[in-house]
Amino acid sequence: MTTPTLANAPTLAQRARNIRRNALLMGEVQGQGYIAQALDIADVLAVAYFHAMRFRAEDPAWEERDRFLLSNGHYAIALYAALIEAGIIPEAELETYGFDESRLPMSGMASYTPGMEMSGGSLGLGLGIAVGMALGLKRKRSTARIFTLFSDGELDEGSKWEAIMSAAHHKLDNLIAIVDVNNQQADGPSKQMLGFEPLVDKLEAFGWFVQRVDGNDLDAVVGAFDAAMSHPEPKPRMIVADTLMGKGVPFLEQREKNHFIRVEPHEWQLALSALNAGEQP
Amino acid sequence: MKSAGPTPSARPRLTTSAMIASIAAEGQRTKPAPFGHALVELAGSREDVVGMTADLGKYTDLHIFAQAFPDRYYQMGMAEQLLFGAASGLAAEGFMPFATTYAVFASRRAYDFIHQTIAEEDRNVKIACALPGLTSGYGPSHQAAEDLALFRAMPNMTVIDPCDAHEIEQIVPAIAAHRGPVYMRLLRGQVPLVLDEYNYRFELGKAALLRDGGDVLIISSGIMTMRALEAAQALSEDRVNAAVLHVPTIKPLDRDAILREAGKPGRLVVVAENHTVIGGLGEAVAALLMRSGVHPAFRQIGLPDEFLAAGALPTLHDRYGISTVEVTRQVKEWLR
Repeated sequence: MTTPTLANAPTLAQRARNIRRNALLMGEVQGQGYIAQALDIADVLAVAYFHAMRFRAEDPAWEERDRFLLSNGHYAIALYAALIEAGIIPEAELETYGFDESRLPMSGMASYTPGMEMSGGSLGLGLGIAVGMALGLKRKRSTARIFTLFSDGELDEGSKWEAIMSAAHHKLDNLIAIVDVNNQQADGPSKQMLGFEPLVDKLEAFGWFVQRVDGNDLDAVVGAFDAAMSHPEPKPRMIVADTLMGKGVPFLEQREKNHFIRVEPHEWQLALSALNAGEQP
Repeated sequence: MKSAGPTPSARPRLTTSAMIASIAAEGQRTKPAPFGHALVELAGSREDVVGMTADLGKYTDLHIFAQAFPDRYYQMGMAEQLLFGAASGLAAEGFMPFATTYAVFASRRAYDFIHQTIAEEDRNVKIACALPGLTSGYGPSHQAAEDLALFRAMPNMTVIDPCDAHEIEQIVPAIAAHRGPVYMRLLRGQVPLVLDEYNYRFELGKAALLRDGGDVLIISSGIMTMRALEAAQALSEDRVNAAVLHVPTIKPLDRDAILREAGKPGRLVVVAENHTVIGGLGEAVAALLMRSGVHPAFRQIGLPDEFLAAGALPTLHDRYGISTVEVTRQVKEWLR
């Protein structure tokens, strides 16, 4: 991070809570969305943006920035929430989420939003782009890093494995990928769709430096990012983050079929209250 | 394809159904690897140029570039989805990738990756693909009969179908000067030389009248311009005067030139393309003429809407009506 550490700077826990709050406020605007995913990945995004990454809020295209590629474009609501918390998108735009002419469409696209480095939506694209950008940064002798987030469902896509092989082949040690294992796809639990375990063994066999952590344990996530950034071997780095859909809002954590959820108007305030209650120190 | 079996012939036996076959006729002037050499020349003055391929460097003439600039060459392995995603990434970092494979793999296997990571993001990637249309006798797996239709339908994409080595040499610097994604069909190996005799210069988005004539206007692209010029010569011996309008840029189409030439009264208009009759230059011209209220007699020469046969290219080009002899015959029949 470029901002100096101040005694009164928000803690990562506060950042994560603010990301969840921003996501819930956007969800309320539309009454529906990929809220459960935003809640599950908020801790990872808090660590990425407020512990690991270098960026300038006022200059999202700053050449020396670390790049964040959102491969799972349907998590845009989560990334917007983080970009708002990071000051890259003004908070006032929250209420435009998903509306005509908004810079915050439901699916993340590079052409719409400052700080959005790629157009997702079609799953399985991000890691291939990340390989190209990581090769490009090495060509430029840049010290910037590529961070890319993708979902466990994307492991079903063959293109992901092309890119997994390629990143190791080209020894892309400037590439840190995070896979959100929330075990939920459009049609049901990920493991029932197309099994991908044992994931750590597989990825290690493919030549990656791999860590598996509880993606909702901030200390563990910080440790994983630190280790990924400092690992000495010339290998790409993967953080397998096991997360809980709806994390932080108990009645959403327990809701079944929570891939794309609809929340009744009166429930949004309940969700925000639950978030605040649960995260108070 | 089922047929009555091979017909005995006095002609020497043709090599059949090879993946790679030269489209140059016996004794035709050719130039080796025009794309590879042009790219090397371009890269000498532009440091942002990089070359990428998916295990087809040798077969897209990119090996010439790889030899000249080994550290600017990315072998991505036989993984076309990765090839185009990574090309987008390198372009995002300010480089200008020339990414090569066969036309079937770019247009069919990797379509969504080009659509989303290159076209939608408007990345400056140049896609150059060998074996366009019917230039392989290997069968449908390697015959890209529909590549132009697919890439024409993609927003932001410029689509080019070159005729010969002379034109390919000029296309390489021209598309580098154009910022944005480009799909170009590639002729590789010993590539025919034709247009150097027509005082021709490639200009992006421009059609060129290579020959004038009052009876029929042949609008063509790619190798069919070569065939159209040969057919026009043959027709002239029967006192039929054929004009040939070469349209190498399929998108954006040179509307003015097409409407100007097709609007001249008294000529049959024939569009000839090395592509399925669905969605390529023929239908693009037909739609333009209809929308513009220009209604000449109109015919299409192109590949049928079917899976094409394996076999020797001369056999197949005759069978599907895109050989010089067949173009000549069809035009004469239509004028009768």
